[in-house]
Amino acid sequence: MSNNRIRKLVAALAAALPALVFAPLAKADWAVNMPKGVTAISQEVYGLHMLIFIVCCIIAVVVFGAMIYSLLRHRKSLGAEPAKFSHSTKAEIVWTIIPILILVGMAVPAADTLIRMEDTRGSDMSIKVTAYQWKWRYDYIDEGFGFFSSLAPEHNRARQLDSGIDPATIPNYLLEVDHPLVVPVGAKVRLLLTASDVIHAWWVPDFGGKKDAIPGFVNEFWFKPETPGIYRGQCAELCGRDHGFMPVVVHVLPEDEYQAWLGDQTAGLTFQDAAMTEETVAMVPATATTAVEEVTVEWNMDYAMATGEKLYNANCGACHQINGAGMPPTFPAIAGSPVATGDVAAHVDVAVNGRPGTAMAAFGPQLSDEDLAAIVTYQRNAFGNDTGDLVTPDQIAAAR
Amino acid sequence: MSTAAATHEHHDHHPTGIMRWLTTTNHKDIGTLYLVFSLTMFLVGGSMALVIRAELFQPGLQLVDPGFFNQMTTMHALIMVFGAIMPAFVGLANWMVPLMIGAPDMALPRLNNWSFWILPMAFSLLGMTLLFPSGAPAAGWTMYPPLVLQTGDAFPFLIFAVHLMGISSVLGAINIIVTIMNMRAPGMGLLKMPLFVWTWLITAYLLILVMPVLAGAVTMLLTDKYFGTSFFQAAGGGDPVMFQHIFWFFGHPEVYIMILPAFGVVSQVIPTFARKPLFGYDSMVYATASIAFLSFIVWAHHMFTVGMPLAGQLFFMFSTMLIAVPTGVKVFNWVATMWKGSMTFETPMLFALAFVFLFTIGGFSGLMLAIAPADLQYHDTYFVVAHFHYVLVPGAAFGIMAAVYYWLPKWTGHMYNEKLGKLHFWLSAISVNVTFFPQHFVGLAGMPRRIPDYSTQFADFNMISSVGAFVFGFSQLLFVYVIWSCARGGQKATDQVWEGAEGLEWTVPSPAPHHTFDTPPVIR
Repeated sequence: MSNNRIRKLVAALAAALPALVFAPLAKADWAVNMPKGVTAISQEVYGLHMLIFIVCCIIAVVVFGAMIYSLLRHRKSLGAEPAKFSHSTKAEIVWTIIPILILVGMAVPAADTLIRMEDTRGSDMSIKVTAYQWKWRYDYIDEGFGFFSSLAPEHNRARQLDSGIDPATIPNYLLEVDHPLVVPVGAKVRLLLTASDVIHAWWVPDFGGKKDAIPGFVNEFWFKPETPGIYRGQCAELCGRDHGFMPVVVHVLPEDEYQAWLGDQTAGLTFQDAAMTEETVAMVPATATTAVEEVTVEWNMDYAMATGEKLYNANCGACHQINGAGMPPTFPAIAGSPVATGDVAAHVDVAVNGRPGTAMAAFGPQLSDEDLAAIVTYQRNAFGNDTGDLVTPDQIAAAR
Repeated sequence: MSTAAATHEHHDHHPTGIMRWLTTTNHKDIGTLYLVFSLTMFLVGGSMALVIRAELFQPGLQLVDPGFFNQMTTMHALIMVFGAIMPAFVGLANWMVPLMIGAPDMALPRLNNWSFWILPMAFSLLGMTLLFPSGAPAAGWTMYPPLVLQTGDAFPFLIFAVHLMGISSVLGAINIIVTIMNMRAPGMGLLKMPLFVWTWLITAYLLILVMPVLAGAVTMLLTDKYFGTSFFQAAGGGDPVMFQHIFWFFGHPEVYIMILPAFGVVSQVIPTFARKPLFGYDSMVYATASIAFLSFIVWAHHMFTVGMPLAGQLFFMFSTMLIAVPTGVKVFNWVATMWKGSMTFETPMLFALAFVFLFTIGGFSGLMLAIAPADLQYHDTYFVVAHFHYVLVPGAAFGIMAAVYYWLPKWTGHMYNEKLGKLHFWLSAISVNVTFFPQHFVGLAGMPRRIPDYSTQFADFNMISSVGAFVFGFSQLLFVYVIWSCARGGQKATDQVWEGAEGLEWTVPSPAPHHTFDTPPVIR
């Protein structure tokens, strides 16, 4: 740690005492318990949690009570004479049988709930959830569209080391995304979870649990929200550097609003397929596009650089940094890098297929030909790389 | 000086200085080496925990990069588990098992030397990765693939270090089993052994059964990374979840490896200071054996979220709940040992009592975690962090501290400073609760574990937790000072040391001479 860091640490510790006194006033939440949640299952889980908690409390009162009584009364300083007994078969049988009975009493309702949680039959809709380092992709299987969901930009700026932005000024700090998952109220939503790189876990506490998203496998999880609202959660399985920064946000809408939202999504898709104008490219973030085959805008350097910068900052900036300096050696610099200034085909290959065994993901499945062409063009001409190469969507398509 | 020691001094030509420690085959020297090593690792691992708690002091990233934060959580866990807790218990076993069963030394003294000296090598390999440009391992101590396969140059160092730690543990365990089985004093039947010896005998079997499993798992990781196999890579037909099954088949017994010897320590300390024999000795032995057996059939309760079949989830939920029964028997027996005793509260007793209270709290949260539907909420949150720190810090670590205060006069020949010992106890006992109790709350409220930054709603409890952690951390310097000053001098300890102490270790002089029980004592 640098001196600067140590000074800051000392200052932070010196601030601890007054902060402890005033903190409750500033950002009081003090939530101490599991949320009841908004699904029948989450409420059952909450009930089980409280039941086992109360059982533990009762046992604690009995055991700790006996222990404290003994500690107070059976002291040498009070002249207590040690008794001689060293076993009692009767007592030992009693305190073996009673816990077994309590456990059986707990196991029955727990098994009952578990059986219902695992019943994914009769769902009203299915959404495929794919986890990436470090964002989610939601595909509405029946409707045929999908989009990526990443940490919202202002949160992303605030969470950088020494950003100078006070997290308290940002509502729902770290629990906001650019594109939330949207589902209708009252529907049994079945999630099909998988991952593209490492294991992640999809968790919204208000829906009563979490499930791992595992590369190469499909897991199921379902929830049936009963109240409209915005529900927040996070990735719960360590998935690398930005594990703490891939929130889950779900908007539960009344049926009519959901249908309207759905209409917008599918309409947007046909529009993109028909003709892509410069405005729609700017409006629709790269992450929301599906395969865009026909490009009507003229593919030139200015256009590629402008789009490429936005896409680079959103997709690559977390690791390679907005200024292209990277965080060597784990996340190499783009500025002056042999890849970004060398052979174009090799560069395109890294962008499309990733580097297996490292944190460099394959962006081929995540982004369209045009998006990737823009990003690679930007990387080859920004940060003083100045190669003058204009990469075209065809070159990306060829590398797939 | 006793006659036994005096008559045997003449054939004792051991080298001096550093060579004495490098070449020693004496169980007391090796015990001391293990204990000093583990105390050092406790401080190193603890300072990493303080980096973690400093970053989590308030929301936002102030001190470290998220990647380095992950290195700290990973290294903290590896160092505490394999470097601090396990070697401390092996050190206690080395010192005390021969003294408690009336044996002159460990059965395999050269193996003993080697099993210790492997450890500093293993931790040098692991620790040097912090200096690598690509950093130390950062995928968590559980090393789940595919994430762990993204580790940079540190990867082979991690795997090799884990292999060495495993070899060291297996060698130590073999030595302990052979010693206990073959070198007990005449008349000491198995059911006359002190409970610390019993718990270690069972722990040693656990070690031999599970450390090779861990070695196999990490070797498969190594070949997946460098030799093109696909044990854990779905793209090649493998299964990432299979690693978790193999890891936790090691990992759950490992949990008991870290707690059973502490049960043994507490079962020695409480009768001494209650001046009353241990209640239900036989059932304590059977309970320990049952816990060890059950530890092999509960592993997947660490994995309720991976998508197991319903029948699997039900089986692992029921088997896990069953562990509460023998564990409960142990707690009830300790309370019954205190009952109608004549108690005094010297430092070892204070640590043992705090152990019973706080380990039981960790047991309660463990029982809650066993309820599979609720575990889907608890899993991978700070509730789990609070749970396993309650069983490992005021559990295993307090057990070790109780043992150190209890036997320190026997090792050094001096009484430690009781006032400072009690101060160390109260500072530790209060701050450990300030640190870990609020973590139950943030976990239940929805804070995942292993994150460097968090939503502002969790800010208050995290701040309290960090303050507690710093008090706990710096209190341990007092522990170091008490041990150091006790080794240097102090009031002369008697042979028996404690009024209520019973057992062979209290029949030899304090400090215990270099060679003890050259002529076996006879147990009636």
